[in-house]
Amino acid sequence: MEISLLSTSIFAFLVVNAMLLSASVLVYAERRVSGFMQNRPGPNRVGPLGILQPFADVLKFVMKEDIQPAASNTFIHALAPVLMVVIAMSVASLIPFAEGVVLLDIDVGVLMVLALTSVTVYGITLGGWSSNSKYSLLGGLRSAAQMISYELSMGLAVISVVIIAGTMSLPGIVEDQASGWAVLGWNAFRNPVGCIIFIVTAFAETNRAPFDLPEAEQELVGGYHTEYSGMKFGMFFLAEYVNWFVASFIIVTLFFGGYLIPFQPLLLAAIPALDGSLLLTLLQFGSLMLKVAFFAFLFIWVRWTFPRFKYNQLMDLGWKKMLPIALANTVVIAIGVAIFRSIF
Amino acid sequence: MFADFIPLFVIIAIALGLALTLLAAASWIGPKRPNKIKRTPYESGMDPIGSARERYSVKFYLVAMIFIVFDVEVVFMYPWAVSFHDFIDAGLVATVGVMTVVGLFVGILTLGLVYDIKKGGLEFD
Repeated sequence: MEISLLSTSIFAFLVVNAMLLSASVLVYAERRVSGFMQNRPGPNRVGPLGILQPFADVLKFVMKEDIQPAASNTFIHALAPVLMVVIAMSVASLIPFAEGVVLLDIDVGVLMVLALTSVTVYGITLGGWSSNSKYSLLGGLRSAAQMISYELSMGLAVISVVIIAGTMSLPGIVEDQASGWAVLGWNAFRNPVGCIIFIVTAFAETNRAPFDLPEAEQELVGGYHTEYSGMKFGMFFLAEYVNWFVASFIIVTLFFGGYLIPFQPLLLAAIPALDGSLLLTLLQFGSLMLKVAFFAFLFIWVRWTFPRFKYNQLMDLGWKKMLPIALANTVVIAIGVAIFRSIF
Repeated sequence: MFADFIPLFVIIAIALGLALTLLAAASWIGPKRPNKIKRTPYESGMDPIGSARERYSVKFYLVAMIFIVFDVEVVFMYPWAVSFHDFIDAGLVATVGVMTVVGLFVGILTLGLVYDIKKGGLEFD
């Protein structure tokens, strides 16, 4: 390895800080966009247009008392939010930000994404169980059942992408989508059913509305973090927003061409000097961020468009609809790839 | 091989440092005035009845067990998905052969799912 530990550390530090910053931007964006969707101003007091609101939130989290319920398990009660933050941040290391700009470039990238995100279930279940509160326990259990149910469909949707790309490395999957005319090489067009399944399961895995049953405030008070206060609650909050942002990244990477600029082959043919230059890297990063911003917005949009599921509807959708469709889609994609690849 | 994974450990270490710093800062700056009422688990304002470490619905165990079975089977499909291009390039016989095997595998998986649904193992109400 010619890449030194120091440069890796600096890059990792930058990624973690970028995730922190984007989480605060998302906190502001969600409250502001929600405000506009409901015809109210949203936060607009702290700083110009309220952009300092997230920082005020952080200050408040730090200055609040950390209350632990009696008979709760102190170590696990503290471990759960730490686990959530660490896992959410470490998934970000796998994202290819531009051509050749990826922190963790391994052959089993997609598998690593699935493996890391499934550890999130532990954080939620441990947090719910250790609080010694009935609302927390029920919230944690429901959340665990929901996340593992949708993980199957998510895994199958990822398999259909792996069949097309023939590799599990995330940069490899992105490069595979470069073929084809303009944007039609993107997996969203080659594998539309898988794309829809993945987006829906991403909503379920990040516990966002309409799948936000774990923290259904009208039924379960606060779900698995009912008994969390102060910074520990803030860390659950942070992890949720980072997960949401990382999920947008993974959706874009797997199905919407990742860092690829639309019409990139045409662009490179018109200006050959661009190939391999720093400007191209910046353009790719810009195009990635634009796509991710759209999906981050989609999460807010969906939240205020669809009502929350009932628990049995959620389970029915996961096991009786998504899973069979995902299985069938995998077989169809496999046959399609076999025919396409043996003819061309 | 191991060297490829070093960035993962680096970012986990940095994220862990961040999380622990946040916890330490909160416990250093925040007030600490616990009392008995404050430490009572929340139960909509009532005195909590019994412990929360109760038995809960067997449905959750069922979902978890079925998940384990299906998840392991899904993981078995990954090696096939990665090497599928090689099978296609090896010719028609290899392609049809591997498709038959995977078709059987997915067929058994689907049968298991249908059996489970018909048995009512996934009924929540």
